Amino acid sequence: MQDIGYLFSGFATVLEPFNIMVMVVGIMLGVLIGVLPGLGGANGVAILLPLTFSMSPTSAIIMLSCIYWGALFGGAITSILFNIPGEPWSVATTFDGHPMAQQGKAGEALTAAFTSSFVGALFAVIMITLVAPLVAQFALQFGPAERFSVYFLAFASFIGMSKEPPSKTLVAMMIGFALATVGLDQVTGQLRLTFGTEELLNGFDFLIAVIGLFGIGEILLTMEEGLAFRGRSAKINLKVVLQTWMELPRYWVTSLRSCVIGCWMGITPAGATPASFMSYGIAKRVSKNGMNFGKGEIEGVVAPETAAHAAGTSALLPMLALGVPGSPTAAVLLGGLLIWGLQPGPLLFVEQKEFVWGLIASMYLGNIVGLLIVLTCVPVLAAILRIPFSIIAPVILVFCAIGAYTVNNNTFDVSMMLVFGVVGYLMKKCNYPLAPLVLAIVLGDMAEESFRQSLLASQGGLGIFFSNGLVSTIMGLGFVALFWTAIANAWTRLRAARAPLAH
Amino acid sequence: MTDSTHETGGAGPSHRSVELAVAALMALFGMIVMYGSLQAGIGWGAEGPKAGFFPFYLGLIIVGGSVVNLINGFNGDRLVRFADWSQLRQVLSVVVPTAIYVILVPRLGIYVSSLLLIAVFMKWLGQYGWGKTVAVACAVPFLTYLMFEKWFLVPLPKGPVEDLLGL
Repeated sequence: MQDIGYLFSGFATVLEPFNIMVMVVGIMLGVLIGVLPGLGGANGVAILLPLTFSMSPTSAIIMLSCIYWGALFGGAITSILFNIPGEPWSVATTFDGHPMAQQGKAGEALTAAFTSSFVGALFAVIMITLVAPLVAQFALQFGPAERFSVYFLAFASFIGMSKEPPSKTLVAMMIGFALATVGLDQVTGQLRLTFGTEELLNGFDFLIAVIGLFGIGEILLTMEEGLAFRGRSAKINLKVVLQTWMELPRYWVTSLRSCVIGCWMGITPAGATPASFMSYGIAKRVSKNGMNFGKGEIEGVVAPETAAHAAGTSALLPMLALGVPGSPTAAVLLGGLLIWGLQPGPLLFVEQKEFVWGLIASMYLGNIVGLLIVLTCVPVLAAILRIPFSIIAPVILVFCAIGAYTVNNNTFDVSMMLVFGVVGYLMKKCNYPLAPLVLAIVLGDMAEESFRQSLLASQGGLGIFFSNGLVSTIMGLGFVALFWTAIANAWTRLRAARAPLAH
Repeated sequence: MTDSTHETGGAGPSHRSVELAVAALMALFGMIVMYGSLQAGIGWGAEGPKAGFFPFYLGLIIVGGSVVNLINGFNGDRLVRFADWSQLRQVLSVVVPTAIYVILVPRLGIYVSSLLLIAVFMKWLGQYGWGKTVAVACAVPFLTYLMFEKWFLVPLPKGPVEDLLGL
């Protein structure tokens, strides 16, 4: 077990005083981002990315990933106290969390949510520690065709597993790919799709898209809904925490099931939001307290929170091992790698050992620190939420603008951010998913490059994507994922057709 | 997120018309991509596929998918509302000041523009007193200045006011 040795040297890196400070600052900022409406994990990390330009890559990734953990924790606070999910993945937490708060059990609900998040994340990190190096090792032998097939699988699962109509997911995704192609073509060095404008020479930066689509778009949606916070107060003291901790082991089956669901949904790019709903739904059906779900059942908080955090964490596995991010936030972190001059993909495990294992070690410690911080800071965070939206909104707009400007020190990007914001608002209102669009902008260049290299090797024949067992298998899985809804429907119909015969 | 359809309340555009407009715009975008790709060349060149090869097919799929969305949208419910006019006015009350802000940033610098944006929001939408408005509107850019320029050494765009102050 050579990797364990690397993991320990990773811990040594993380425990340097500067890195611990960075970690605490990251978690605090992250929780704040998770709590504030309009700022989510993806755009929060995107906005704060420029703060890390002067740091070493290892400190930078620790800070950014800790912002991400903080945002995952923070989403639960607004759901439980205010019945307003700060993040889409904490929607399912409101179902039972808020009723608990109404019954005066806000402390129990918050403790359960934070602890479950922690358990989910820990499970996912252990899985990453054990599995990621193996996947990376395996992926080292990938050629261009295999690399393209992995991208194909990732994007096909988006279409097959999304709850939006497949044609909308497809269009959103292809718009992302198209935006990625604007500017200088990396293979031929030729300009394309710029239509003679100078501003488009460098193409569209996905960070601008993230800040606009998620940040500005979310503020517009919040404005439309006319948001008013009417929250419950929360008291967390040691007694409540310990009592809840005594009670939680009873739900270990739910926990374990939610961990597995979360990890699965996180690695396949379905993401944290469906994972939390699925986990809640299954727990409701299976649990013997299922009847009480929705009325303030602690198990109804445990299930979605565990799954959401497990999914959010395990989304980093494909990002680290394959260079294919499993969620928009993981995509932003991947963008960070490129900015710091690191090449994402399986070689990272060979060439940047300190970086990779520092990150993995920081996941363990970051979640412990995160749990402690959120448990102690709830009253402060709840007070922040009482600041009226007419103050919060312009401040968030200012930070989005700063984030957009600092990406390339370009004021044109600030205008693009607003355009993306309006587009994001319209797309969200018309049920177009935004995550595939963002992931496509990030991966567009790499997907195109592997596609063209493959075609070059085969002199234009598409047969290269089925030329050996490995690539055919991945492509085959991709097609299964692509037509998953149709396959599942056909299967249900087949069973329904057989059922009457059995009688 | 919450349910985005509204069936009661004041008047507003129907969800169907917005849906159709969005799908049509996306189809147009796809056509622009295809046109641009044709300019760059979509055939087979000396170094393999030409620059426009990949984006051309992306544009084709966008147009195809948008046609499906147009057909689906056409069969949508005419009575479901996209949003009330009053809600859309709220949305515009963010978009318009932000658009002006975006225009001002290259000219006045980010700090002065931000001060104005926050002040307008608090005074106009929040109806706060002058004291509170001025305090928050000045404090946020000042703290931003400290955080970015001093602690993290990231320069932000400045305008004539910063020049006068010699920053």
